[in-house]
Amino acid sequence: MKQPLFFVMFSLFTSLLSMGVVAGGNGVVLDTADIQLDDREAIQRGAKLFVNYCLNCHSASLMRYSRIARDLGMSDEEISRQLITTGAKVGETMEVVILEEDAKRWFGMAVPDLSVIARARGVDWLYTYLRSFYRDESRPWGVNNSVFKDVGMPHVLWELQGLQAPVMESHTDAQGNTSEVIRGFTLIEKGALNTAEYDAAVRDLVTFLAYLGEPSKLQRLALGKWVLLFLVGLLVLTFLLKKEYWRDIH
Amino acid sequence: MSADEVDYGRRRMLLAATAAMGGVGAVYVATPFVLSMDPSEKAKAAGAPIDVDISKLEPGQMMTVEWRGKPVWVLRRNEQMLKILPTLDKFLRDPNSDELSQQPVYTKNSYRSINPEYMVMIGICTHLGCSPTYRPEFAPPDLGPEWKGGFFCPCHGSTYDLAGRVYSGVPAPSNLVIPPHHYVSATRLLVGVDPEAV
Amino acid sequence: MFDKISRHLSDLREWADERFPVTAFWQDHLVKYYAPKNLNFWYFFGSLAFLVLVLQIVTGIFLTMNYKPDAGMAFASVEYIMRDVNWGWLIRYMHSTGASFFFIVIYLHMFRALLYGSYRGPRELLWVFGMLIFVVLMAEAFMGYLLPWGQMSFWGAQVIISLFGAIPYIGDELALWIRGDFVVADATLNRFFAFHVIALPLLLIGLVLFHMIALHSVGSNNPDGIEIKKQKDENGVPLDGIPFHPYYTVKDMVGVVVFLIIFSAVIFYAPEMGGWFLEKDNFVPADPLKTPEHIAPLWYFTPFYAILRAVPDKFLGVVAMGASIVMLFLLPWLDRSPVKSVRYRGPWFKLALSTFVISFIGLAYLGTVAASPLATLFSRIFSVLYFAFFLLMPIYSKLDKTKPLPARVTEK
Repeated sequence: MKQPLFFVMFSLFTSLLSMGVVAGGNGVVLDTADIQLDDREAIQRGAKLFVNYCLNCHSASLMRYSRIARDLGMSDEEISRQLITTGAKVGETMEVVILEEDAKRWFGMAVPDLSVIARARGVDWLYTYLRSFYRDESRPWGVNNSVFKDVGMPHVLWELQGLQAPVMESHTDAQGNTSEVIRGFTLIEKGALNTAEYDAAVRDLVTFLAYLGEPSKLQRLALGKWVLLFLVGLLVLTFLLKKEYWRDIH
Repeated sequence: MSADEVDYGRRRMLLAATAAMGGVGAVYVATPFVLSMDPSEKAKAAGAPIDVDISKLEPGQMMTVEWRGKPVWVLRRNEQMLKILPTLDKFLRDPNSDELSQQPVYTKNSYRSINPEYMVMIGICTHLGCSPTYRPEFAPPDLGPEWKGGFFCPCHGSTYDLAGRVYSGVPAPSNLVIPPHHYVSATRLLVGVDPEAV
Repeated sequence: MFDKISRHLSDLREWADERFPVTAFWQDHLVKYYAPKNLNFWYFFGSLAFLVLVLQIVTGIFLTMNYKPDAGMAFASVEYIMRDVNWGWLIRYMHSTGASFFFIVIYLHMFRALLYGSYRGPRELLWVFGMLIFVVLMAEAFMGYLLPWGQMSFWGAQVIISLFGAIPYIGDELALWIRGDFVVADATLNRFFAFHVIALPLLLIGLVLFHMIALHSVGSNNPDGIEIKKQKDENGVPLDGIPFHPYYTVKDMVGVVVFLIIFSAVIFYAPEMGGWFLEKDNFVPADPLKTPEHIAPLWYFTPFYAILRAVPDKFLGVVAMGASIVMLFLLPWLDRSPVKSVRYRGPWFKLALSTFVISFIGLAYLGTVAASPLATLFSRIFSVLYFAFFLLMPIYSKLDKTKPLPARVTEK
């Protein structure tokens, strides 16, 4: 039934397609975040960073403090002490104080909730984004971002990273037009952490965001092998049963 | 089909083994569905213990807080109220709180409380669920000359004393329910959690 | 003691039999319903489709216990299920994975019919019921996808409903009536919820029942495409038939377990399937003021979406998309071959079917990518080939050189 010729032609077509058709994206190369989701300490450190730097404007209104406590093996009191600065109760969700009208005034739009940002953007995007702010005097907050052009968000982690300036490079495309693209960054103002320390801090924050996006992920992965093991066992039995009955059929 | 070659014993065994394993699997699959109907984290958070500040409560004064959707009364009884309590025993249906389901074991005493001065109870009539009114005054016209202070339920006329104990001959069958609670400090009451020692 | 229990049970059965066809049903449709003995791998997908239907209904009921069909609460309620409801995450993943698996199973189930001519007489009505199920299933999936109220949910619905607006004269009124508002809004969400949870499932169950009644009225086809009822023994039992129970009940059980292994592997290890089953953009709450860069329907709609986009005119694109599904309905009457099964067909049919499969898969891929001149070119080529499979069938199926049919089924 299979025509080899057609399969050869089909693979030719598809390889042509993949050359000419770019599936989305704006060509930004992302760094790999390389997070370890089962690293509880990393999630804890990330949670602290989140509460101190992000929660002022960004809510995580689908996540309860008590859930974080349980997943990290901490008590309600410990979580309250370490994470809750807004006077919220431990069973409540991570809300913000900022009002939507204020956000619209300061940032031009309502500040997005970050509960599932890791699932929407991916950890590599977040990791690269948080390390790609650079000085741009033309922007309202004095910074721009090479991953998210003209972003409305200020560089909240500047005191940790410091301030970067972009290193530009001339790029000529297929049509012969030249443009300036960002090749990398240089540090023009030092922050509290050096590059390696800052990268580690961002990695912790992104680990927390990954956890925040799907708190039950580790449970799901752990359960999976038992389910599959059971089903394979059941498969053996049902297969033997089928074979036994089908010995009747000739 | 050669019927005489069929090993019915093997078939029965395989059938039983498969059915058993399948049954176990079915129970495992059904369990998450059944458990999903248990109170969610949101319901549990909403039903979390309540911190009550009783520092401003005057003797004879009562405050109401909400716990798990129900009104919880905190009444600070004065000396006179406490002295009257034992004299009412013969008029009550269950003066010694023998119906154990109505209160935690640490409130099964003559005052129905941990601390005689403060009375904690759920303000829902044990008849059909209305919320009784607080009537601390003596001998009001509608409650008669014998009334020495207590609670009156306007729906069907049930009455309780100031320890939430139900009078005999009224529709309500039981004393007012006392929720789990304990005193974190002299001025802080935590409703919803038993004391550590219990 | 067991004797007493079994005697009581048979008494109970007798009592029921006098009032309800319990034993009759068991006999007619299971023990004395004869299916061809040579059914192969391609014949698992009917019972699997039924399994997925049951799974979707059960998980759907439990999701409905906590989901809120309100534009302001829907997105958050899905995350509530994922985080705060005990085992909610598992129920949600079962339902989202089940939706994609439903289409995998159904496409394979339909492909079996193409391979072995299962749509040919006397099974035309069986095929028509099946096609109706397919259409209702697409509507059900489309409406279900709006419910999480993410960016893809919203904009996918916006685009597809606006297609109805392309219909001349009545289009705008129709789209307004479907939406219940000037754009996809809370009103749309609520009515899609009503359709998805009650109306379409009821319709689906009814159609599946009719589908199975039609099947049992004529009996199953088989990989050789010959009618087993033509050769019966002295008791009227087809020579190549075997009782459905226990032989196919026990065989289908194996199919079910294999399916559950693959199904569970996805649920526990890759529920998003790289964005194919749960799209990344749908983790952003719906924003009527912000259009995503790239709106694509879920993978199972993409072949038809590619056909839609291949046609430069908006209304004609809708017509082409509709026609591509109508073509499938017409199969029993387009196929003029004296044989049913691909095993006995000639080279023209085999070429046509291979081309059809390649075109369908090609269109499916092209429906996922952004429009570009190259993609549009290939979409057009594949669309033409797709329609050619059907429109040229009366000719090539008749002219094809077929192989002689066997009198009895073969073991292959």
